[in-house]
Amino acid sequence: MKEIKVEAKIENLAVVNGFLHEQIDELDCSVATVMQLEIAIEELFSNICYYAYGDGTGDAAIQVDIDKTNKCICITFIDMGKPYNPLKKADPDITLGIEDRPIGGLGIFMVKESMDDMTYRYAENKNILKIKKKF
Amino acid sequence: MIINKTADGNKMTIALEGRLDTSTAPELQELVAGLEGVTDLTFDLEKLMYISSAGLRVLMIAKKGIKEVSIININEDIKEIFDITGFSTIFNIQ
Repeated sequence: MKEIKVEAKIENLAVVNGFLHEQIDELDCSVATVMQLEIAIEELFSNICYYAYGDGTGDAAIQVDIDKTNKCICITFIDMGKPYNPLKKADPDITLGIEDRPIGGLGIFMVKESMDDMTYRYAENKNILKIKKKF
Repeated sequence: MIINKTADGNKMTIALEGRLDTSTAPELQELVAGLEGVTDLTFDLEKLMYISSAGLRVLMIAKKGIKEVSIININEDIKEIFDITGFSTIFNIQ
């Protein structure tokens, strides 16, 4: 398992993305899988940056664990901000017409739909969000 | 991201190259917000390599403000994101 810890600010997204690539570039992932993992990093890390610490600041840790036997990439996002379970957020209604659709609110949904598994728990004052993607 | 726009009367084509993400979406949003008189907008996504929810949000803003919005040259990986989010049914994809 490899981990990176950064201050939770959006300017660090490129750093976290670079860390992801250091872990997965040697793997035989499809272009679609790489993009979906990058989307997951952007959506989940930016959520921590924008919401976890309110007006304050704090850290975010991102762990990448690769199971080559089962061809599975596991990424864990950890922050010490206010408790927030993104899995409880209602899915957007993607069948609505253009007039009725809100302009945002798709980030978490995109991650849920494109990953193979997503779990959340709150322990020791930490939000721990884990996603898994087969490659 | 590189944005190339071509205008012809009330028609405009915006070709996007690179990544439409949380850091580049504001630039496109600014452009879309300033499109006065455009009634037929086409996004050429041939060279778009990546899109996140921040990018989809701007496409949605464009679609809400302009009557005809088309998508051309979408690659299959970006198309998958459009399918997941229901954007495939909202936009005229050619």
